[in-house]
Amino acid sequence: MSQEQDASNVTNPEHADHHIVTPVGYAIVFVTLLFFTALTVFAAHLELGIFNPIVAVAIACIKGTIVILFFMHVFYNSKLVKMTVASGFFTFLVLITMTLCDYISRAWGLW
Amino acid sequence: MEHTVHEHPHWQKHHFETVEQQSEAARFGMWLFLLTEIMFFGGLFMAYLLYRNWYNPAFVVASHQLSIPLGAANTAILITSGFFMALGVWAAEMRKKRQLMVYLILTTIFGLAFLGIKAVEYHEKWEHSHIPGIKYSIAEFVNPPAGSEDKPLGVDMAQKTELFFFLYFAMTGMHALHMIIGIGLLGILMARTQRGDFTTGHVAQIENFGLYWHFVDIVWIFLFPLLYLINLHAPK
Repeated sequence: MSQEQDASNVTNPEHADHHIVTPVGYAIVFVTLLFFTALTVFAAHLELGIFNPIVAVAIACIKGTIVILFFMHVFYNSKLVKMTVASGFFTFLVLITMTLCDYISRAWGLW
Repeated sequence: MEHTVHEHPHWQKHHFETVEQQSEAARFGMWLFLLTEIMFFGGLFMAYLLYRNWYNPAFVVASHQLSIPLGAANTAILITSGFFMALGVWAAEMRKKRQLMVYLILTTIFGLAFLGIKAVEYHEKWEHSHIPGIKYSIAEFVNPPAGSEDKPLGVDMAQKTELFFFLYFAMTGMHALHMIIGIGLLGILMARTQRGDFTTGHVAQIENFGLYWHFVDIVWIFLFPLLYLINLHAPK
């Protein structure tokens, strides 16, 4: 067998401990997500003025992050996967911000 | 290629050195695909953000037409479906064929329940003539029915409610299309599970489908507050 095909040459030390989330772990995540769903409906009925949409989006971001980290295992994945996910969301935020900057500055004073 | 001596599992492709390398590559590729999906839905979210700011009164009143109990129930149903999908990945890792099958079936059932409720909601929009471009009436927004807490809108602003419903159907419809595709894939996965494909250590495909299914969850987690829970106090 040639050296390139020796598995020990390509084993990533990060993967040595392949983590498997237990059903109990998933159940905790599940209950947490249901709690935040109830919380977002409750918060929407409060009179928070300008903060209503901010609270709603913040709760959605928390829920999304929990799903990504635990249901999608990113918390236990390699740095490559973590960087890929983070850079994707970062790029998305950059695009949203720049587009909004353009629209806001074109109708200056009307916002 | 020498095929008489196989020192690796049959699902491992020959261009990968190890099973772990193969699943890492597959996971990486799946995430790249999901990032293109973020950009795809991102365009819709951007359009929503802009028009919601421009025509806020229309968006507020139009969103009050949506049923919060149905939307919240659907959120819970989708999270439950995602929970069973996560358990399915665990069952595949543990090589439990029967349990994997049960979890995939439960994932499918909750996915179908979500689509069922969505269909009820769409039908209700049809009854109220709130289908943009096909069957649309601004009557309810110009002259709110007795008992409505919403202030009447001027005709100009009332016409912008059609934009809200356009985005509502585009976003929830595209989301529902992703779910329909997912349920189709679940059918294939169940058939292959029955054949024993995923309970001999070959978990990558179950895991990557799980990533897709959870991604669809996340889109809904944002759609629910943005479409259903817009400023519930504004008219008062």
